[in-house]
Amino acid sequence: MDELLMRGGGWFLAALIAFVAAASATDTGFAIHMSIMCAAGLLAAFASSRGFNFAKGRFPALTPDVASRYDDDLIRIGAIMTLFWGVVGFLVGLVIALQLAFPVLNLGLEWTTFGRLRPLHTSAVIFAFGGTALITTSFYVVQRTCRARLAFPGLARFVYWGYQLFIVLAATGYVLGITQGKEYAEPEWYVDLWLTVVWVAYLIVFVGTIVKRNEPHIYVANWFYLSFIITVAMLHLVNNISLPVSWTGTASYSAWAGVQDALTQWWYGHNAVGFFLTAGFLAMMYYFVPKQAERPIYSYRLSIIHFWSLIFLYIWAGPHHLHYTALPDWAQTLGMVFSVMLWMPSWGGMINGLMTLNGAWDKIRTDPIIRMFVMSLAFYGMSTFEGPMMSIKAVNSLSHYTDWTIGHVHSGALGWNGMVTFATLYYLVPRLWGRERLYSLRMVNWHFWLASAGIVFYASAMWVSGIMQGLMWREYGADGYLVYSFSETVMAMFPMYLIRAFGGLLFLSGALVMVVNVWMTIAGKIREERPMTETPYDAEADRPIVGTPAAIQPAE
Amino acid sequence: MSYQALRHFADSWGLLFMTLTFIGLAVWTFRPKARPLHEDAANMIFREDDNV
Amino acid sequence: MAIGLDHKKLERNVSLLGVCALLAVLVGGIVEIAPLFWLDSTIEKVDGVRPYTPLELAGRKIYQREGCYVCHSQMIRPFRDEVERYGHYSLAAESMYDRPFQWGSKRTGPDLARVGGRYSDEWHRDHMRDPRAVVPESVMPAYPFLAEKELNAGDMTKDLGTLAALGVPYSKAAIDAANDDLKAQADPNADATELVKRYPKAQARDYDGDPAKVTELDALVAYLQMLGTLVDFKAVEAQEQAK
Repeated sequence: MDELLMRGGGWFLAALIAFVAAASATDTGFAIHMSIMCAAGLLAAFASSRGFNFAKGRFPALTPDVASRYDDDLIRIGAIMTLFWGVVGFLVGLVIALQLAFPVLNLGLEWTTFGRLRPLHTSAVIFAFGGTALITTSFYVVQRTCRARLAFPGLARFVYWGYQLFIVLAATGYVLGITQGKEYAEPEWYVDLWLTVVWVAYLIVFVGTIVKRNEPHIYVANWFYLSFIITVAMLHLVNNISLPVSWTGTASYSAWAGVQDALTQWWYGHNAVGFFLTAGFLAMMYYFVPKQAERPIYSYRLSIIHFWSLIFLYIWAGPHHLHYTALPDWAQTLGMVFSVMLWMPSWGGMINGLMTLNGAWDKIRTDPIIRMFVMSLAFYGMSTFEGPMMSIKAVNSLSHYTDWTIGHVHSGALGWNGMVTFATLYYLVPRLWGRERLYSLRMVNWHFWLASAGIVFYASAMWVSGIMQGLMWREYGADGYLVYSFSETVMAMFPMYLIRAFGGLLFLSGALVMVVNVWMTIAGKIREERPMTETPYDAEADRPIVGTPAAIQPAE
Repeated sequence: MSYQALRHFADSWGLLFMTLTFIGLAVWTFRPKARPLHEDAANMIFREDDNV
Repeated sequence: MAIGLDHKKLERNVSLLGVCALLAVLVGGIVEIAPLFWLDSTIEKVDGVRPYTPLELAGRKIYQREGCYVCHSQMIRPFRDEVERYGHYSLAAESMYDRPFQWGSKRTGPDLARVGGRYSDEWHRDHMRDPRAVVPESVMPAYPFLAEKELNAGDMTKDLGTLAALGVPYSKAAIDAANDDLKAQADPNADATELVKRYPKAQARDYDGDPAKVTELDALVAYLQMLGTLVDFKAVEAQEQAK
C-alpha cells in the first residue's frame, strides 16, 4: 500500500511540476504541451494508485481469459494501438497527397497546411505505427524466446504509455507549428528529453528480460531488437543536442550548424531507416516468418553474418542524402560506397527470409498471411536494390530533390514495413485473444491485394513523376536555354499526383478491411466462408529440401 | 592529422583491417563445429508452445 | 554457486552483444562526422557571410515553423542547369550560422538558396496571401494569416544570447540591442545606421506594406529577401582567379 501511495504521489508530483511549467510558459505551445503532460501525470497517478488494473473488468476485450505464462496485457493493447496509428498515418498521408493535387485542401488555416501535416504523416507512420509495432512485438518475442516474463513489469508499462505520450506531444506539436526544423527529428528539446527517458527504460526492460532468460541462446531476433534500441538511442541523443532559448519555452537552437548539422541530421535520418525501419522490422521477420511457416529460418549462420554486416554498414550510408551539396567530397564518396555495399547484407536477409519457405512454397497459395510476409520481403528486396542504385552519384544527380525519392521511401515503408506489420498482427491477434483463427482469411486476401495494388499505383506514379521532373529540370533546347520553367514541371506532375493519391486510397482501404477483421476476431466471431483453396494437404511434399544432417550419407 | 594522412591510412591499413575482420568473422561463423549449435538455436522458437 | 556462475556468464553475453553492437555502429559515425569539425577544408572562408539580424532570425523561425523546408531546398548543386536556374552553387560557408541547417531534401517548389532580391516585396505579399494569384500552376498552400498576425518573436536578446553561447559571433552590443534592431529593420522611419553597421548588407524597410505594425509576414519576407545575397560572387571569382 505504501509503495502504491509513493508511486501515485510521485506521479502527482510530476503532474504538479508540469502544471507549474504550463503556468510559467513563455509561449502558448509550451503551455499546451505542459498541460498535456500534467493531464498525463494525473492519469498515471490515478492509474498507479489503482495498481494499473483499472482496465480489468471495464474492458473485458483487453483482458481475455487466455491461459498464458507471459505478460501479454500490454501486447494486446499494443496490437490495437498499432493498427489505430496505422490508419491515422495512412489517412493523413492521403490528405496531404490530395493537397499536392488540389492546394485548396490546405484550407488556408495555419494548422492544416501541407508543411505542418507532412511531419504529422511521417511521424504517425514511422514513429507511431512503426514504433508501437516494434515495442509491442519486441515485448512479445523477447518473452517467448527467453521463456521468461517481462523484467520490471511496471517499467514496461511506463515504456509503453510513455511512448504513446511522446506520440501525442509530437503530433500536437506539428499541428501547432512546434518544430526543430529537422526532418524526422521535428519534436523540440523537452519532447526529446522525455523520449530519452522512455527509451532508456525500454533498454532496461528489454535487456533485463534477456538477462533472466531460461534458454541458453539469445535468439537472433533479439540481436536485431537490441541493436535497434541501442542505435536509436545513440542517434537520437547526438542529433537532438540543442540549447533551449528558455527553460519555459519551446524554441531551441541546434548545437550543430550548417554542414556539420546536415551530416549529423542525415546520419540520423538514414539510420532511422536503417535501425528503426530495417533492423527492428528484420527482428520481426526473423521470429514471425519462421513461426508462420512452421519451419526454422533458412540459415541461422547467414543471419549472424547478416546482422553484423548490416549494422556495421548501415551507419555509413547517411551522406548519400547530401550528394553534390556543400558536404566535402570524401564524405559523399564514403557514403556512396557504403550504400552500394549495403545491398549485399540487405539481400542476404531477404534471401534468408524467402528461402525459409523452401519446400513449402505452396503456402503462398494457401496461406494469405505467408503471402503477405513474402510480398513484404519482395518489397524489401526491391527497395534495398533501388536504394543503393539511387545512392550512386550519377543516378542521384537526377533523382535527388524529386518524387523518385518519395516513391522509393514508400515502396519500402508501405511494402516492407506495412506488409510485415500487417502479417505479424494477423499472426498475433488470434493467439493473443485465444481465438481458434482469424474472423476471415478471405478478408486477409482482400487486404493483401488492395495493399499490393495500392503500392504499385503509388510507386509507379512516383517513379514517372520523379524521373520526368528530374529530366525536365535539366532539359536544354537547341537554343542553349533551359526549356521548362519550374512551374511547368509542377503542372506536369498533376496526373501523377492523382494516381498516387488513388494508390494511397487503396492502401488505406486495405487497412480498414483489416480493422474489421481484427475487430471481429477479438469479438470472437468466425466468418462462414469457403476455404481459400481446395488443394489437399500433402504432408510428403511439405518438407524442407535441406535434409537433416543425419540423413546425409557420408561419402564412401 | 590532415586529410591526406587520413586518406592514406583508410586506403591501406584501414582497408586491410576491415577486409580481414570481415573474412575472419565470416569464417568463424561458418566453422563446421558450430553447425549443431546454430541448428539448435534456429529451432529453439518451436520447442515449446507459445503461451505455456 | 554453480547457478550463480552460470547466470553471470549469461549476463555477460547480452552485455557483450550490446557493447559489440554499439562499437559496430559507432565506427561509421565517428569516421564520417568527426573530421568535419577539425578539417579546415570543410568550410572555406568566404567574405560577406554574417549571422542573421534579429528580424531575419524571427523570419527564419517562421520558415521553420511552417515546414517550408519540406518542399523547398536551400542548396544549389554545381550543375549547369541548377546554376542557370537558381544562381551560383551553394558554399558551405553560406550556411555556417544556420542552426538548424535548412538545405532540404525535396523540391516540390523551387530552390530558395538565392531567392533574395529575385522578387519584389509586393510579389511575396501577394504570393503568401494566395500563391495562385501570381503563379497559376503553383500547389503551395496559401498563408493569408501571416499578414494578419503580429510578430510575437518574444525577447530576441535571449535568442541571440543562446546562439552566441553556441558559438555564433554576436557581439555583446548586438545581443543587447536585439529587440531594437528587430523593430528598426521593419520600420521605414527608424534609423538603421547602427543595424547596418552591425549587420552589413542588412535591408531595412517595411516589408509587408503595412507600416502600422510588424507582422509575421514582415519577418518572413525579410528572411527570404536576404537569402543568398551576402556573398558577392563577382568579388569571390576575382579573388579565385588572382590565386
